[in-house]
Amino acid sequence: MLGFIAARLVKAVFILLAILVLNFVLIHAAPGDPAAVMAGEAGAADEKFLQDLRERFGLDQPFTVQLWNYMKGAVQLDLGFSYRQQMPVAELIWDRLPATLLLTATAFVISIVIGVAAGVLAAQTQGTWWDTLISSLALLFYATPLFWVALMASLLFSVWLGWLPGFGYQTIGADYTGLARVLDIGKHLILPATTLGLFFTAIYMRMTRASMLEVSRLDFVKTARAKGLRNSVIQRRHVLRNALLPVITLAGLQAGQIVGGAVLTETVFAWPGIGRLMFEAISQRDYNVILGVFFISAAMVLLFNLITDILYGIVDPRIRLAQ
Amino acid sequence: MKAFWSRFRQNRGAVIGLVIIAIVIACAIAAPFLFPRSPWSMVQRPFLPPFEMDGLPLGTDALGRDVLSGLFHGARVSLLVGLVSTVVALAIGIPIGALAGYYGGLVDDALMRFTEFFQTIPSFALAIVLLAIFQPTLSYVILAIAIVSWPPVARLVRGEVLSLRNREFVEAATLSGQSNLRIILRQVLPNALPPIIVLASLMVATAILLESSLSFLGLGDPNVMSWGYMIGAARTVLRSAWWLSFIPGVAILLTVLALNLIGEGLNDALNPRLRKRTS
Repeated sequence: MLGFIAARLVKAVFILLAILVLNFVLIHAAPGDPAAVMAGEAGAADEKFLQDLRERFGLDQPFTVQLWNYMKGAVQLDLGFSYRQQMPVAELIWDRLPATLLLTATAFVISIVIGVAAGVLAAQTQGTWWDTLISSLALLFYATPLFWVALMASLLFSVWLGWLPGFGYQTIGADYTGLARVLDIGKHLILPATTLGLFFTAIYMRMTRASMLEVSRLDFVKTARAKGLRNSVIQRRHVLRNALLPVITLAGLQAGQIVGGAVLTETVFAWPGIGRLMFEAISQRDYNVILGVFFISAAMVLLFNLITDILYGIVDPRIRLAQ
Repeated sequence: MKAFWSRFRQNRGAVIGLVIIAIVIACAIAAPFLFPRSPWSMVQRPFLPPFEMDGLPLGTDALGRDVLSGLFHGARVSLLVGLVSTVVALAIGIPIGALAGYYGGLVDDALMRFTEFFQTIPSFALAIVLLAIFQPTLSYVILAIAIVSWPPVARLVRGEVLSLRNREFVEAATLSGQSNLRIILRQVLPNALPPIIVLASLMVATAILLESSLSFLGLGDPNVMSWGYMIGAARTVLRSAWWLSFIPGVAILLTVLALNLIGEGLNDALNPRLRKRTS
């Protein structure tokens, strides 16, 4: 098991380094001289200032040296400087990261719990109107644009019905502490997390349903039935446990998209995370921030992937042995 | 072909999807004839609600632009971006998958690591980065979407090619002295086509969702009217004029839903074996 985890870790580190190279290439592929871009961001562009910038950031050095310096910095979490916000990018991101982690993790859990539960229900009631309802909902959620459903949810539940806050992270000026604060954040979390998770809920519903039906036809289920086990035991111990394997794989793959989707949800709900930071940086063309958020979100995805890989290794020993 | 059509027709959802897509295509084709004026031009006072004035059935937006005209012209962009970016993604993914599956060994390893890399990167974030750095013209939007959507194609094609590579007809072709390229193009790929077609139809749907999300964030081509842009522009007036966000969203939802339904219908019709197994 340790060897398995180590192998995955090494792979993740390599991918992370490759993403850094990609980041570096991208900023250099951008039209115009990076020094001019930075000078533009700082609001001054005389030749001496440009020259200073080039020297300060080593832009007068060979490409490979620059790449090396860039990687060295990034490994120490130096992600450059945002001239718009007059702050190091890493600091900006650290400030906002907890909010995004909270949002994405909640969305992740909501989508898996609801998706798997609904999928199991649909599989067990196959052919009835429950099944039809769940399958139709899954089809609908799967086709709904995330940002649109977020807008509509905030309109319905926040503006019209007034049930839930549709803006921000906590009530402004309320200064709650302790449990009241947790509840306040939780209330603000419901709409963004549910809408962010909706698309994935649909995927898990379909996947779980298909997977449950597939597994129920296998021989070991027939054996269990022939042994006279109760149906509920068969479903839970034999079918569900095996049917969940592809769902776990999928969960790892979807993690990346949840992080990407956070840009949209955080923008709509003014959630103060790195997604909203990225949105603000887009309109200001603040490249260092955009690339910094990109790098951190890729790192988050790698972490999620690593966790699901390890989970998979625990749940299904065959995977470990195959490595 | 006939057998295919009769199987496809049995799937009610797929037929509904086909009808919806036909309507969207008709709108896209008719747009320049029905609405010859630019969808950006101001035609009436701003915030004219739907169904209040003849000739402007869906009213106007915050800048007095005709919403219906925007919907029609937006259909052009959505379909164009969806189709072309899928074609480009296929053009990247099919060769990579075919080479990896056919040659195996080191080639396979190298190409699959490359594919995995692109699959791990959060795709939407990468598309944002690409468009923020390069100017968001229509061609760059298409290219960015293609760049983030090809990995599943490569993986699918690789798997298909792997399973076909050792079949007798491929051996026969090898023995008859055909070149590798010719075998891949003439023997292997045509047999791998059905699942690729199914995946492609679903990719068009995803590409349309991606395009609308990017336009919503302001990363679409500023010269073409698109559904995502319409929603993004109406976001600030959500409270006072909710329908301006609602209407284009329904258009996206229906188009994407229709494409997904068609994809499922194609899957059923092209893989009769699979159909028996999962229904």
